[in-house]
Amino acid sequence: MTLTARLARAPALLRAEEPRAKADMIAVAAGCVCLALLIVAIFAPLIAPYQPDTIDAAAINHGPSAAHLLGTDLLGRDVLSRALYGARLSLLGPTLVTIVSTTLGTAIAITGVWVGGTFDRVSARFVDILFAFPGLLFAVLAVVAFGAGLIAPVIALSVAYTPYIARVIRAAAIHERQLPYLEACQLLGYSSWRTAVYHLLRNVRLLIVAQATLAFGYSLLDLAALSFIGLGVQPPTAEWGLMVSEGDSALLNGYPYESLAAGAAIVITVVAFNVLGERLTARSQARQ
Amino acid sequence: MPALLEAENLRKVYQVPGGKRGTTDLVAVDRLSFQVQAGASLAIVGESGSGKTTTARLIAGLESPTSGVIRVDAQARKPLPWSRGERARHARQVQMVYQDPFTSLDRSQTIQACLDEVLRYHFSQDREGRSRRISELLSQCGLDDRHRHRRPRSLSGGERQRAAIARALAAGPQVLILDEAVSALDVSIQAQILNLLASLRSALGLTYVFISHDLGVVRQVSDECIVMHRGTAVESGATETILTAPKADYTRQLLDAIPRPGWAPKRRATHPAGL
Amino acid sequence: MNTPAPGRPHGTAPGPQLLDLGGLRVELKTGGRWRTVIQGVSLSLGAAQAVGIVGESGSGKSVTARSIARLLPRGARVGGDVRFDGEPVWAMNAARLRRFRARDLGIIYQDPRAHVNEMHTIGDFLTEGIRDHPPRERRERAIAALQATGIPDADRRLKQYPHQLSGGLLQRVMIAAAILPGPRLLLADEPTTALDVTTQSEVMAILAEQRHARQLAMIFITHDLDLAAAVTDTIAVMYAGTIVETGPSATMHERALHPYTAGLLAARPQPTRVASLYTIPGRPIAAYESGPGCVFASRCAHAQQRCLETRPKPRQLGDHVVSCHRAEELQHILHQALERA
Repeated sequence: MTLTARLARAPALLRAEEPRAKADMIAVAAGCVCLALLIVAIFAPLIAPYQPDTIDAAAINHGPSAAHLLGTDLLGRDVLSRALYGARLSLLGPTLVTIVSTTLGTAIAITGVWVGGTFDRVSARFVDILFAFPGLLFAVLAVVAFGAGLIAPVIALSVAYTPYIARVIRAAAIHERQLPYLEACQLLGYSSWRTAVYHLLRNVRLLIVAQATLAFGYSLLDLAALSFIGLGVQPPTAEWGLMVSEGDSALLNGYPYESLAAGAAIVITVVAFNVLGERLTARSQARQ
Repeated sequence: MPALLEAENLRKVYQVPGGKRGTTDLVAVDRLSFQVQAGASLAIVGESGSGKTTTARLIAGLESPTSGVIRVDAQARKPLPWSRGERARHARQVQMVYQDPFTSLDRSQTIQACLDEVLRYHFSQDREGRSRRISELLSQCGLDDRHRHRRPRSLSGGERQRAAIARALAAGPQVLILDEAVSALDVSIQAQILNLLASLRSALGLTYVFISHDLGVVRQVSDECIVMHRGTAVESGATETILTAPKADYTRQLLDAIPRPGWAPKRRATHPAGL
Repeated sequence: MNTPAPGRPHGTAPGPQLLDLGGLRVELKTGGRWRTVIQGVSLSLGAAQAVGIVGESGSGKSVTARSIARLLPRGARVGGDVRFDGEPVWAMNAARLRRFRARDLGIIYQDPRAHVNEMHTIGDFLTEGIRDHPPRERRERAIAALQATGIPDADRRLKQYPHQLSGGLLQRVMIAAAILPGPRLLLADEPTTALDVTTQSEVMAILAEQRHARQLAMIFITHDLDLAAAVTDTIAVMYAGTIVETGPSATMHERALHPYTAGLLAARPQPTRVASLYTIPGRPIAAYESGPGCVFASRCAHAQQRCLETRPKPRQLGDHVVSCHRAEELQHILHQALERA
């Protein structure tokens, strides 16, 4: 028998393609929840039975009924509709915070690690200074200075979250930087930009997505808390944090549905995003 | 005929922590000179701390010598940092294959993407031309279409090293530096890669600078050899002569320490401090 | 004459040896799947004897050593027998196992820095295994062990930390630590692979000295057949989780009977001559990648139909034990090839 023929019959001489790591069911479940929430937020007008402002004067603080699946609030507005519409603003703020802080944090981390030297030292000190601004407090200060709403808190939280992301990405980038393939890129004549973005950044992208997901969850909590204390979104806009606060008088009277619905929405969203973020982070580290 | 690669009085000094002033000089390479003709293969042999890796990095252009000159194709090298154009031009002259076949490849890239990137960056060919060239490179290095769309983690050590060689060849260099390129491979795979390197050299007219600590490997792949110890060349000349009739004590020590039939390990007569 | 059990050094009396491996089988869970890493390893070792286990990646040589010390990942499936002085190691309770690992066994690893606690001094590291002795005796034994491995200035070294020592020096400390409690069996897992060749020679010489002085048995694991041959009495060649050949070290290089062993020998580059190296096609496989027949059949130049279908059992041929259907026929061919090589 020729050697070729024998080799053809041989079991897997080629190293068996490593089977894709078994899908992490918990991460998939969390991911589905996150996706569902985003869909709900986008398609709220199509799903919600009522407008968020529609007042049904006859049905103030009612419990769940056929007409109002989650009951009504102190002004007779449908809780379910307000919760669905509330998703839009409740998720918009965190989205903005996540985009800004992740972009800034990643840029500072990668540039610092790549360029090194004085720039790295200065940017590391800058990041250290940013750590000194506790997120929520900074957001409160921003509101006091610039007025309530969504803009001021979003900017403040973006600044406050940047150092956390920068620190994690920087640690991963430092580890990556010493691997020979980046030096090989340099030898192949590739530009710094190509090496830093197309090679270095690509190899930490899973971690970046993971950190962004975590930032989303935390910023949602912070923004909802701000609305709760009246410094964020203002009434009559529908927003979860605001709804929790508006429902507190009804809560004391035995009608917890508005606060409960909004509170549950916040908890579910934050948990789903956090779980997804943690799983992705673990997976990105296992890949190294 | 002038040598393709030439080094004259290379010296490389690093500043390391220690000493009275906070930093002290570490002389990694000193007074090193050699010439390599086109198509020849030079081995640089030594143990750890000999300066062979530093020499490889100097030749590759990853670092600049503290003093001394390196000439490629009779042109003296400019000191670092180089412009983008210079780096690209240099990439097409000298390439390197590293010791660890896994971390020297971008693990998120398929072999196809990796080779394609090199070709797109350096040469103006259309997609079909590049694809043909990739097929050619793969088959020259003993790989085939099965490997093309895989990432390094699903390749064996030998396959990864072949991919690394293919990547180096994709830039079309004249000189290939092999920095302990077979040290991390199993014996049977090492033999395959050594045979591959020998056939590539004769088929493509490449010039090799082979860094190794293994004298057996050095014998197989090089015509000329330099033995380095603590930064300086203790002996240089034809590989065959050096390994069969060594003149320097250190070379003899190295040869004596290699396990072979009939060999028994020996303690050194003296105990160098900090061994 | 009685045919000794496979793997038993030629001419050994029957009865429990210092170490007996009988049909060892190990399955490990990697990537969510159970994979066989060792499929039937049988080996015997008498007191003060040294066996070299030689193999490439995936051969299972390191896992074999760890099976002896019961240092496998939690939940690993182990079949067959591992007996130390007749006592089954895998049936030992926690206290006996601790004593076994601390007193009877000495282990030397490839990377000393990965196996030493950077926060402890060398002195503390050395005496960890004998904490129940009085302090003065611990110190004296530590100094004696360091001196035995040729480390000058033993007194000062005791107070130093691992990062202050070079690789070669630290490996000598590892040897000192392994022999200090007075073990009867040394497991050396690629102890010199990370060292320069001149340092390797030195460290191996010290190891050999200590072994002879203390009559220690040793299992020496390496990929370097020549090194193993120089420091052991018997060599066992492993491939794909099983031993394919066992034979006396001194003559293995010219009388190998298994095509894999011969292939390995012919593939090594020698400083003394240039040759187009013989290459075994393909790559070394692990146990779970092997088929029903001979583990080496897919890469063997001499394989026939029966080699692909039935697994050859180990059998005695001269002073070797070899697992090959065609061992007798191939003797001459292999011998010739090795002479030329």
